[in-house]
Order: sequence, then C-alpha cells, then structure tokens
Amino acid sequence: MTRKSRPILSMVASRVGLGVLSLIIVSLVIFSAVAMLPGSYASAILGQNATPEAVAAMEEQLGLNEPWFLRYLGWLGAAATGDMGMSFAGRPVMDVIGPRLINTVVLASITAVIAVPVSILLGILCARFRGRFIDKFLSTSTLASISVPEFFVAYIVMMVLAVKLQLFPSMAGIRASMDWGDQLYRMVLPILTLLLVILAHMVRNTRAAILSVMASPYIEMARLKGEPESRVVMRQALPNAIGPIASVVALNLAYLISGVVVIEVVFVYPGVGQAMIDAVRNRDVPVIQACALIFAAAYIGFNLIADVISIISNPRLLHPR
Amino acid sequence: MASPVIDIEDLRIDAKANDEWSAIVRGVTLAIHPGEVLGLVGESGAGKSTIGLAALGYLRPGARVSGGTVRLQGQDLFAITEDERRRFRGTKVAYVAQSAQAAFNPAHRLMDQIVMVAVDRGGLTRAEAEARAVGLFTALKLPDPAQFGSRFPHQVSGGQLQRAMVAMAMICNPALIVFDEPTTALDVTTQVEVLISIRNVIRDFGVAAIYITHDLAVVAQIAHRVAVLRHGVVVEEAPIAQIMDAPRHPYTKTLWAVHEMPVDTSATHLQKGAPLLAISGLSARYKQFEVLRDINLQIGRGETVALVGESGSGKSTLGRVIVGLKEPSGGSLTYDGEPLPPLVSRRSLGTIRRVQIIYQSADTALNPRHTVRKLLGRPLALYHGLRGSRREARIQELLRMVELDPTHADRLPGQLSGGQKQRVAIARALAADPELIICDEITSALDKVVQAEVLRMLLDLQARLGVSYLFITHDIEVVRAVADRVVVMQAGRIVEQGDKAQVFAPPHEPYTETLLASVPDMAVGWLDRIIAGRAA
Repeated sequence: MTRKSRPILSMVASRVGLGVLSLIIVSLVIFSAVAMLPGSYASAILGQNATPEAVAAMEEQLGLNEPWFLRYLGWLGAAATGDMGMSFAGRPVMDVIGPRLINTVVLASITAVIAVPVSILLGILCARFRGRFIDKFLSTSTLASISVPEFFVAYIVMMVLAVKLQLFPSMAGIRASMDWGDQLYRMVLPILTLLLVILAHMVRNTRAAILSVMASPYIEMARLKGEPESRVVMRQALPNAIGPIASVVALNLAYLISGVVVIEVVFVYPGVGQAMIDAVRNRDVPVIQACALIFAAAYIGFNLIADVISIISNPRLLHPR
Repeated sequence: MASPVIDIEDLRIDAKANDEWSAIVRGVTLAIHPGEVLGLVGESGAGKSTIGLAALGYLRPGARVSGGTVRLQGQDLFAITEDERRRFRGTKVAYVAQSAQAAFNPAHRLMDQIVMVAVDRGGLTRAEAEARAVGLFTALKLPDPAQFGSRFPHQVSGGQLQRAMVAMAMICNPALIVFDEPTTALDVTTQVEVLISIRNVIRDFGVAAIYITHDLAVVAQIAHRVAVLRHGVVVEEAPIAQIMDAPRHPYTKTLWAVHEMPVDTSATHLQKGAPLLAISGLSARYKQFEVLRDINLQIGRGETVALVGESGSGKSTLGRVIVGLKEPSGGSLTYDGEPLPPLVSRRSLGTIRRVQIIYQSADTALNPRHTVRKLLGRPLALYHGLRGSRREARIQELLRMVELDPTHADRLPGQLSGGQKQRVAIARALAADPELIICDEITSALDKVVQAEVLRMLLDLQARLGVSYLFITHDIEVVRAVADRVVVMQAGRIVEQGDKAQVFAPPHEPYTETLLASVPDMAVGWLDRIIAGRAA
C-alpha cells in the first residue's frame, strides 16, 4: 500500500515545497520593495530636527545602516519563529498586528462559514436548472455584484440598513471590552458586504465548473441509464468538479484575509488591513513587511490547500493502476 | 410472430444548426423482435446514433422529433413526459457507447456504476445486484470477476472497460440494448475478444439489440438483419446474408470500396538504386520507457512501405523520429546517402522540405482560421520562395492534383468536408515537393468510400511524382490496397517485414498471424469459425 500511495505523497510534498519556495521569493520581493521606498523613517520622525547626525544615529539604533541582505536574513530568520521584530514605534510588531489579525480572522471565518456552503449550493442549483429562472436571476445579479466596486456595495448596504432602516450600526468599531453579542451585532454590515462580494464570484465559478463537467460523455451515459437530473448533477458531475471549485474557494478565502482593506476602512473595522494602512502612513516598515508577509502566506496557503484537494480528489492519482 | 420489442415508424428528427432546423432522420421505419439483432450501417452523419438514441427516447440537445413514433414494448416514447421516458432507460432499454473510457465516470468504482440502476430502480438489493454483476463479468470473460468491480475505470484496459459497459447495460435484463460502435475505438485483436463477448451474451440472454457500426465486416458477424442508412433514410434493409451476397442498392455496394480496390502488384513504379531512407539500430524512449527498440528499415524511391501494429506499438513515434520531431536515443538515420540530423531544428530547410508528414486528423492539423490559399501558400513561400501570381498558379495546380476545385482556395477548413480537409492536408505536404511523405493513419477518420478515393489519389500521385510513402496504419485492408512492402511492429520492435505478398502469405510470424486472423472477413460466419477454431 505504501508503494502504491507514493506518487500522490510525492506530488503533495512537491506542492508544499513549491509553496514554501514561493513564500521565500515573495518575502524577498516584499523586503526589497519596502527597502526601495523613497523617504527615510528616521528623517520623517525627526522632522525639523533631522540633522544628518541625528538621522545617522537613529538609523544605527534601528539597525538600518547594515547591508540589506543581512537585515533580510535576520528578519526572515526571526519571522520563521513568529517574531516579526520591533515596530519603529517601539512595540513588538506582533503586539501591534496580533489583536487586529484576530479581528480579521474572526470576520473572515464568519463570512466563510456562511459563504462557502451557500455559494456552492447556489452554484449547483444554477447548473441543475441551467437557463431557467433561478439560473438567469442569479447569473444576472452575481454579474452586477461583481461589476460594482466593493466600497460601493458597502455604502449601499450601509445606506439601506444603517441610515434608512436603522437596523445596524454603520460603524463596526469593535473593542475587546464588548461582549460577544455586541461585537457580532456591529459586524453584521461588513459581513453582509463581504458575503455579497465573494458569493457572486464563487457561485459563478461553481456553476461554470459543474457545467464544464456536464459536457462529458459520462454525463450523457448517466442520462441514458435513466438517472434523474438532480442525481446526475450531484453524483456524476460534482465529484469531478471538486478541483476547480476548491481553487475558487481558496482564492476567495485568501481575499477575506488580505483583500478586505477597503471594507475595513469603510466600516472602521479594526482589522489587519487598517493596521497596514496606519503603518504605511507612519512609514513603519517592520509592520508593513509583516502585514504583506501575512497576506502572501494566506494566499499561498489557501492555494496550496486547494491544490492538494484537487490532487487527492483525482482518482487517477489516488488509486494508481 | 411475437410483437416487436421496438417499433420505429416513419421517424423524423430535426437538428438545429445556425438557428435553422434541418432534417437528420427523414422517415425511418424499423422493427426489432425479441432476440433479434439489427445492424444499422452507414457513414458518419447518416443518422445512425440519432436513431439509436431515439430508441431510448433520448434526443441530443438541439434535436427534436418532427414526426413518427418510437414504440418500446408498445409504449410510444415520445408521447410521454421526459420523466416517464427516463424510467424506461437502464431497465427496459440500455445503451453501450463507443468509448467506454469516456462513458464511465472517472470518479466512481466500476461496481458502483454498474449496479446503480439495478439498485435504484431495478428492484434488486445491492448484494443481489453485485452477484448478478459478477455473473455477467464471468460470462463476459473478464479477469478476476469477483474483484473486477472494485477497480476504477482508469485501472482496467480499454477492451475490459468495453465489456464492463456491456455488463452495465445487461444488469437489469433489458429487452433491448443499443450498441453504438462498441468496438470502433479498439485494436483489431481486442475487437475480436469484445465481439465474441457481445455475441455470446446477446445469444445467451436472448436480448434484442440494435448494433450500430460503419464496418460491414463487423456487423456481418453479429446481426441477423441489416439496415443501410444514408442521409437519414434507410436505403436497403435485408437479412445479413442477402446484404453480403447480393446487395441491391448502389450505395450498399460502395461500402466495399476499399476492399475492392484494384491491387497493383506490378511494381513498375519502383525505382532502382540506393534506398531513399535507411534506418539502422534505431531506438527511442520517453523518460525511462523505451518505445522503439533496434529498428532497421529501408524505404526506396517511389516505394510505399506500410507500417502496421496496434496502438502503443510505436508506429507513430517512428514517424515522428523520421521527420525529426522526436529525438532518437540510439541508432542512425541515413537519407539519400547522407546522415540525417536527429532533430528538425538541426536540419537544413532543404532537408526538411524533402520529408513531409500528414496526420490522421486534418481538423487539428489545419489552422481553422486560415483559408486553403494561406495554408498552401505558406510552404510555397517558405520552401520555394514563391510570391504573387506564380504562387497562385502553383496553389491552383496543387488543388487540381488533389482533385479539389480551384475555387476551394478561398474556403476555411470548417467549410470543407472531412475528405476535402484531408485532401488539403495532402496538398500542403505536396507543396513542399517532398520525396518522402509520412502518412500517419490519414484515412482512419474517413468513411469507406472517401477512404478509397483518397487512397487511389495517393497512388496516382505516386505514379506521377515518384514520391515514397511511409503508410502508418492499423487497417489491414488499407495495407492490402496500397503497400509494396509491409513492416509489422509490436511493442516497439519490428517483428516482421517484407514484400506484401510474402508477409500476407503463410507461414506468418506468430504476431502477424494473430493480427491477420483478427481482421474480420467480409463474410457471414467468420466469427463463428474463430470461436469454433478455439474450441477445437
């Protein structure tokens, strides 16, 4: 048995290896891009007092005078152990980002738990009733939802539910001191907005993935065996569409971590996107680097999982000859 | 006489193309009685599959019934709803598709797919259905019947999968099975085994069947009666013996076209002298897998060498090595006395010009967005630097050589028939003025009549131009019609080669013997003799 499962193990191992490699390359790009940004933290902080001596002293204190590759290796080594270094403002980066990251993950998780099953279900329904009312309705509305910028969706949601109907607060500024129910109540609008954005994308892609399988000869064969249409979709088409569905879900989950900056700003939600924007404003390089690395890790990680799912959902690889 | 299992009366089916309905089945009447096998013969596009599917009350998307009835055991299938029709499929009437590889769902084990209908709607428990499936596997001579069903489709061979699909069709003991070209995608030696299995289960279980094929020799072994279909109309229907011995309709007679091509044994077109191409000790591999081993082969000027063997025997790889698309791992190629560089990138334009290749599928070999003029004009410009009116004149000449109307120069491949497209592909090879043309299964996708016309044209061109052919094919009939010499390949080796008369006359090499014995004769009773021969 171990002999038989070897190809799939080595495939999965090579994907994981490639994932790690891409993460290292991305970290290098992030580090050098940030290092190349114009303007210096020291002279920005010192402002009027930025005499060359003062700037040099401050750069030495922050370790900015060392060659970039030494700084990179040091940073990467520490990052691998979860230590993202000290922010220029003097606090550990993880203390700055940590609570924000948790907020983002909570928002993302709640959205994902609702969005993934609902969108796959709606995608299946569209494929099953292709060309009928539900398909046309969902195709049109998801297209509209994709075409509109996300901040616009956010403002419409806010205008209807917060301003006109006054059901939910327009500001989602949660604090750790609030109880769970209160936090959740304030998160309703950002969750709703994110749902509208990612549902559309996932529904459309699930539908397309299933319909492309539905063109296969074995689908016609199933119909010729008299299988009811809903079973044809669920039992014959869906198992063969898992790979493409997993990859679109992964893309959207990664978006929930790294792409929500705009939504967080609109609803003043204290997530990691907000932290990054604050850091950019203050030229706090270590925090920017940490945020960028977390976003990249989320993208690579979710895509890696999707890759592995599509490998193990392929019976040719799971059960070699 | 008992009432027919299926009674098709004046059936008319339209298909929608470019927003216009056109008739593809135009008034077909057929009836099949219990235990009877009706062969449905005709060229591609004649409406065979459409009629076969209509027997299951099924229409492909974009088709509609515009008249007539299909009665399955008395029930008019197109007078009831789709949901009611569905209940007949799998239980009363079943379907066996051409490609089992495509028709089995790759995601499920064979047993799950085979017993599904029986468990869902056939009234059997899972255990009963599995027992019945294992019984069918045994009857169909599948290996290890008890364990066979636990495999996935990709884990068994094409011939086994085809028989597994027969088991799937038989699982509910249907009254009628529609076999849609069930052996066309198989090699000849595999085809015999599947044909024997199919014939035995049809006979033993007494099921009625529609057997769709374009191959008269195959249908002669299976069917009691044959209906010859052309352009959606039955042109002749008669007992098999009568069709074979005394076909009445002129169209039926054309189905023997390749079989009855005059065989030229005079060898007057052969030219004396050193061979054009000499291959010695050649080998080639894909990664660790050796696909060609110790190939020694010569092709003379003006000679046609047929390369025969089953799929996977390395025939096409050898063709690719000769044109320089695949690098050999050992051995040498000598062309016209000079060593031939192994890869096309290291050959001079002049050398590339002299060896051309034509592929099986003109559909994929011709750029669908280029007109015939552009397709032929490019090699003329590349190899001969022809421009303007001289190029145009040569294009016209090439079209006449391949017996196409010069007005076809403005057409796109999509506006040509299959045979016409293959002629354009041949003209494109001829545009280079080659000395050797590799023909890789170039007539396999064509209908019998068109096939014979193309072969005849190639022989004419050879007589006029003195070109040599390496004819890669699995079709022994084609070999008989065109070859001077025959090379038989098996598993990457040449097992026999020699003049056609010598290879085709006994005694044979064992593999050649198997190959030749597997080609169905154009006669009733061939399969019976094979089975009797094995029993003895």
